[in-house]
Amino acid sequence: MPSSAPALRLRRFVAAVLAALVVALIVALALRARRTRADFVFTAGGEVKSLDPHAATGVPEGRVLRALFEGLVVRDPVTLEPAPGCAESWTVSADFKTYTFTLRDAARWSNGERVSAQDFVWSWTRLLAPQTGAEYAAQLWCVEGAREFSQGLAGPEALGLTALDERTLEVRLSEPQPRLLEVLCFYAFAPLHRASYEAVRQRYPATWPTQWTRPEHLVTNGPFALRERRINERVRLERSPHYWDADGVALRTVDMLSIESWSSALNLYLTGEVDWVDGAIPTNLVPRLAKREDFRATPYLGVYFYRLNTTRPPLDDPRVRRALSRAVQRAEITAKVLKAGQSPALSFTPWGAIGDYKAPSLIQVTEAGAQAEFQAANYSTPKRNAREFPAIEIHFNTSETHRAIAEVVAHHWKQTLGVKARLRNQEWKAFLDAQSRLEYDVSRSSWIADYADPGNFLEIWTSDNPNNRTGWKNARYDALIASARRERDPARRWPLYAQAEKLLLDESPCIPIYSYVSQNLVDPGLGGFDDNALNEPSLAKLYWRDPLELDAARKQGAAGKQRVASHGPRAGLRSPRSAAQLLDASGGAHGANVGGER
Amino acid sequence: MARFLLRRALWFVVTSWAVITIAFFVLRAAPGGPFSGERKLHPTVEAALRAQYHLDWPLWKQYLHTLGPLNLDERGLFGDASDVFGGVLALDFGPSMQHRDVSVNDALAQSLPISIALGGLALAIALVLGLSAALISAHAPNSRFDRLVRILSASGLVLPNFVIASLLVLVFAFWIPIAPVAGWGAPRHMLLPAVSLALPFAAYIARLARAGLLETLSKDYIRTARAKGASEARILWRHALRGALTPVVSYLGPAAAGVLTGSLVIERIFAIPGAGTHFVASALNRDYTMAMGVTVVYAVMVFGFNTAVDVAYTLLDPRLDLEREA
Repeated sequence: MPSSAPALRLRRFVAAVLAALVVALIVALALRARRTRADFVFTAGGEVKSLDPHAATGVPEGRVLRALFEGLVVRDPVTLEPAPGCAESWTVSADFKTYTFTLRDAARWSNGERVSAQDFVWSWTRLLAPQTGAEYAAQLWCVEGAREFSQGLAGPEALGLTALDERTLEVRLSEPQPRLLEVLCFYAFAPLHRASYEAVRQRYPATWPTQWTRPEHLVTNGPFALRERRINERVRLERSPHYWDADGVALRTVDMLSIESWSSALNLYLTGEVDWVDGAIPTNLVPRLAKREDFRATPYLGVYFYRLNTTRPPLDDPRVRRALSRAVQRAEITAKVLKAGQSPALSFTPWGAIGDYKAPSLIQVTEAGAQAEFQAANYSTPKRNAREFPAIEIHFNTSETHRAIAEVVAHHWKQTLGVKARLRNQEWKAFLDAQSRLEYDVSRSSWIADYADPGNFLEIWTSDNPNNRTGWKNARYDALIASARRERDPARRWPLYAQAEKLLLDESPCIPIYSYVSQNLVDPGLGGFDDNALNEPSLAKLYWRDPLELDAARKQGAAGKQRVASHGPRAGLRSPRSAAQLLDASGGAHGANVGGER
Repeated sequence: MARFLLRRALWFVVTSWAVITIAFFVLRAAPGGPFSGERKLHPTVEAALRAQYHLDWPLWKQYLHTLGPLNLDERGLFGDASDVFGGVLALDFGPSMQHRDVSVNDALAQSLPISIALGGLALAIALVLGLSAALISAHAPNSRFDRLVRILSASGLVLPNFVIASLLVLVFAFWIPIAPVAGWGAPRHMLLPAVSLALPFAAYIARLARAGLLETLSKDYIRTARAKGASEARILWRHALRGALTPVVSYLGPAAAGVLTGSLVIERIFAIPGAGTHFVASALNRDYTMAMGVTVVYAVMVFGFNTAVDVAYTLLDPRLDLEREA
């Protein structure tokens, strides 16, 4: 039969479909040349906000920026105390107003150039510049002239930053700041490479803000350099050969995967494609995962709490607020809802202690106590009739866990005080907006500290702090926090903070509920992973244990844990220095897989 | 045909303008903004950021600025450069407000090919699976195979794709580990997501094509072909399939759009860095520039599919005349 025109068209259609299939496959294949698995792969939630240390905020951003950049001081991953980073030493004047840093002779940028004191002066000037819009600029406002410059009231000339010579940086403060080193550990205060930044700016006069952090342009001074960035997919890091301690770094490549869904991250971990997952593990999975040897829960510097809108009656009465706080049985929430080892929060600073700071008086959770407060305010309780308490609303952002906690709290309030509480959930940004406008009765919140200091928690409750958001204002509290900030001697600082915290708990503009734990799943073969209260292990210290070391570690570890196989890509991958030490120690018999190119 | 396409082009301009305008005002009307967060910004910092992205301008000025290559700024985005927002008409969506060192164009350039590859593969799988099942079914209606196809296609239609995806992961990544659970970077990463995305569409195509085939098979010209002694396979493939394809083709337009929007869920489950991720995240983050970019691109694509489907009708069925219809 000769082909009719319609048949031809049909065949063309089928051909077009097949062509589409082929094209789709080719596009897929061409998308990526074959990529080898990195020495270490971890997930970090969603895509990082920025690789510009001055624009970034957040936990995943911190993980990658601390690997890329190194500030003057870095946190020791075990003690969290400031340790030498890019600076090898420093001196502090007796009045805590002048800090002088000496940079390492060997500090280098990833292009091999020397890191100089001028780099810090320039970078911090950029950080403070009003047009940068850096969230962390305010932490450096203790520097002379910084506040005025940041607010556009003065130029950068008066800034108290001087490069005395190539390796010496002098920082002059306008007020004593005994905690400056803790502040400087933060990634926002790392240096940027001026020459490459300005070159990109000249080359792309209109689009440089979205150009300069690309792998081909970004020059960094940390243990790793940026090799690749695929938005919403991964950031690949490569060991920087010019880093002053490159010999102490084992991993040659690191991938940080951007994965929004926690269950996908868990699946990748279980199939060995990811070596470290952290995050809010769905509470129904916690009991199962907690049995495994690779599940690590560590107290974390964060507190989950409810804000009380002190501008709305009846919550404007501190007795009512205290009653509500004292009626919440935190232990039931941590034991029955959360289950991963979170501790009930009876003070605003987590676990009642940071370092050697002790929270003053803990919230007394008792039925009788809560009822007494309520009766003092002349409201009815299940035991005594008086004024009827109006129904209130618990406001939270949409999430299963937040709802479960709100249900338990509402139940406690009803049981103990006869209070009727409704639940209202909102999408995240709408929730934040309502909270900022004080359009709530009781609103869920959390606070994660940047460094281990009670002030980092308590300062948010000062009258003009944008993170207060309860309408609570107390002049005495403000004064206590201000004097604690200026106090140099911890022995005198802690009591000031303790007095402030006592006042805060008495006034109860907030109901602390529980202190966080970080929840990590870490491949058992991974060495050098230090658990700490900020959940900030140092990527530069990670290595892969060999089977012998893994066995030894298991014998030392907690008994009764379910063993899981290590999926680690290279058992025995150590830094060149530690491999050499191992060789020396064992007379060369122990075959170590050295982290150099093979 | 030319007049039809011209008319379509005019409609395209009107539709796009409406989409841009609605997207602009709806996003701005949603509570919260790109720079709100649990940890509130210092007022000075927030003001600086809002000024950088022109959020301190009156809405009409922001709207014009978003719309076109109009340089309304006296001092440039970062105080010293020419304006980085080209505007939608210049196909330059500016920098993302959530990922401040990424331009929306770069984000789309990286993610769109991924979504298109995934969607194209899913559509192709859906067509091949759906049509093959329909052909075999129609060859022997009410046979065991036919009943199986009908049961499977019914369940494919009822089950949402995230359930299918989870089942596929369980079976083909954990029980019989032949595919990765999630991730992106190698062709094997496409397997499970493309199949999960394709199955509901394959099911629908199978049902459409089966019904079309059975109807066509009862037509006179099929009897003529049979009388001429044409083999059954030839009758199905040559004569009946063409008539049965028209409903399938008309379904391809909505299916292509469905694959795009359906991939939002699939992309999340399989951690695929496609455009769907930006579509959802930008709306949730109030990333105005990114949301505008993704919305415009999706609108253009959906419009394009529908036009392509209309053109495909004429190729399949000469009785249709687009000129006359237009």
